[in-house]
Amino acid sequence: MRTVITWLLCSLAAAMPATAAELHAPKDIAAGTDFSITVNGDSHGTFYLIGPATAEKRSVENGSEISIPGTDIEKAGNYQAILCSDECVSTEFYVHAAEADRLSLLVHPSRVPVATTNAISAVAIALDRFHNIVFSHAQVDFSVNSNNGSSASHAQPTNRGIAWIRLTSAAKASSAKISAAVGDTTETRVVEQVASEACNLHIKSYWEANHLVVQTDPVRDCSGNNVPDGTVVSFTKTDRSGKTTVDAPIKKGIAKAEMPVVGNARISVASGVVLGNELNVGGAR
Amino acid sequence: MKWTLAIAIFAATIVLVIISWFQSGAIERRRISSADTPDEAVRLLLSRVKSHNWDAAYAQLANSSYVDKDNFIHTFSGDDGSLRTYASLENYDVWPLHSNGRLATVRTKLHYSTAVGPLDDVRDIQVEHEGDAWKVLWSTAALPKLAPQVIPVNYLRWDVINRGAADDWGVQNVDSPRVRIVSMNAVQRPDRIVIVGEIVNEDTVPAYVDVNATLLHADGSAITQENSFDKISHILLPKQVSPYRVDFPGYRLTQIKSVRMDAKSMLVPASADPVIEVTGQKLQKDALGKMVLSGDLVNESGAIVNIPHVLASYYDSNGKVIWVSDGYVDQALLPQTPVSFAVDLPDDIASQAHTYHVVVNSFVNQAS
Repeated sequence: MRTVITWLLCSLAAAMPATAAELHAPKDIAAGTDFSITVNGDSHGTFYLIGPATAEKRSVENGSEISIPGTDIEKAGNYQAILCSDECVSTEFYVHAAEADRLSLLVHPSRVPVATTNAISAVAIALDRFHNIVFSHAQVDFSVNSNNGSSASHAQPTNRGIAWIRLTSAAKASSAKISAAVGDTTETRVVEQVASEACNLHIKSYWEANHLVVQTDPVRDCSGNNVPDGTVVSFTKTDRSGKTTVDAPIKKGIAKAEMPVVGNARISVASGVVLGNELNVGGAR
Repeated sequence: MKWTLAIAIFAATIVLVIISWFQSGAIERRRISSADTPDEAVRLLLSRVKSHNWDAAYAQLANSSYVDKDNFIHTFSGDDGSLRTYASLENYDVWPLHSNGRLATVRTKLHYSTAVGPLDDVRDIQVEHEGDAWKVLWSTAALPKLAPQVIPVNYLRWDVINRGAADDWGVQNVDSPRVRIVSMNAVQRPDRIVIVGEIVNEDTVPAYVDVNATLLHADGSAITQENSFDKISHILLPKQVSPYRVDFPGYRLTQIKSVRMDAKSMLVPASADPVIEVTGQKLQKDALGKMVLSGDLVNESGAIVNIPHVLASYYDSNGKVIWVSDGYVDQALLPQTPVSFAVDLPDDIASQAHTYHVVVNSFVNQAS
């Protein structure tokens, strides 16, 4: 009889289910911060942490908490924590981005003609120090500083991590620094506001040591801005000796070429697709 | 077996020595060593030049006492880092023009192989009968020399700061220059299709440009693709226009439906110097009766231009580009010193060419 009772008790004990552990993660976890997962029950076993950019495995001893260092959760996104001993239990949690700490600033184009409406676009993407996009609300301070002294600024809140503005280029050719700031971080891009095509291209000539010097008036666009130095101006001279061409870059606002002339000559000028005046000059002196 | 191998190696060595003797022109030199005729005298001189036997070539000149030996050697071997310093005389054609029994003129066409492909040079050489043989009367045109001087250059240059490898995502590069193909014309030649046209840099910064052309079937599928290679001025300053030419050997216009053009541009550091003036441009026939566009190049800057490359575009009476030709000049451009050039064009194109435009690429060896 006693043997039968012992056998029944052992069978009952074996049939009873083992008490399963439960994992509980905090609801609000920022990337890069240390935290703990609470364990209800036996925490002995192997612990797995699987995230968007990490997969980790380690042994854990008995205890009520499993601590996770911030270095394991630097990437924002969904994570899964799994604890396996006789059987496996798991929990999922979401890691959001930390405080906005840096910016990606995309400014287009890097060269723009003057006085063009909404020609410049500046897009700032708020990132934390681990390069996660910060989807929570952040204020981005845009500012524009032109090298002719003018400046302007505008604060724009982020929408799903992105803030953007459109700008009209200045009426005067200059270099503009477009900055975006969030917290202590500032990013800057340079946009050249450049003159448009040459307008009223005009040449004149004078003699210098038996050579005809042909030079342009200061080359400007239709808004009065100087066309940048280095822009090529093509001089073409036709006379009895044939045709002479010189592609001369503008230096200090004017382009200049020296040509020998035999008999009467006709001189024309062009810059890109823009044509200038023509000169008819007499023979060599 | 051991002796068979040794004999075979010995025989092969003898054969190779004989071949190299023939290749070096020694048999021709032996045959014409006496220079009984004017063209034999020129052939003998050129065969010695070809084998770089400068002493023997110089000794063959009738007027060697008036010819500077270094100048004579530089005529063939080049100097100042010019294209001819990267060239060797490969072959030559010689034919007599006229002779009065004492003096004769012989025309030569020298074929050089150079770093950029074959290059021909046509020269008329005077030959004098001296004793019982003919000797070459070398033209003693002095090579241009520059007086010591200071040439002020208003140096204009663009440098580019690109994004670094350590920069964050979103640190963008400066935009590529804006370039535009302003004209394109597909020309059928007897052995090929040639795409010619012009491209302009519309931006305010220098551009490195390249033009690709793709021949297309009626269904839009590509037949073949080529690029302009060196038939373009790759570095374009702001508002500068360059002709381009893309060749498709072996294709006919009847085989294709259309052509897709693609202009690629890149922002590169560049300098606005040197400025090269192209003077005295004329369409005329050369000594061989071929139509050429000739003229002089004048380097207006202070630095030597080692290898000038001339590109010419030709327009019909409607201003349409009908042909693009190019040629390398084998002389370096010294400052303010004119150097002549000539680029050829087909006779049928020449008859339609109403006007033309010449641009010059300059390759400057920084070490020279």
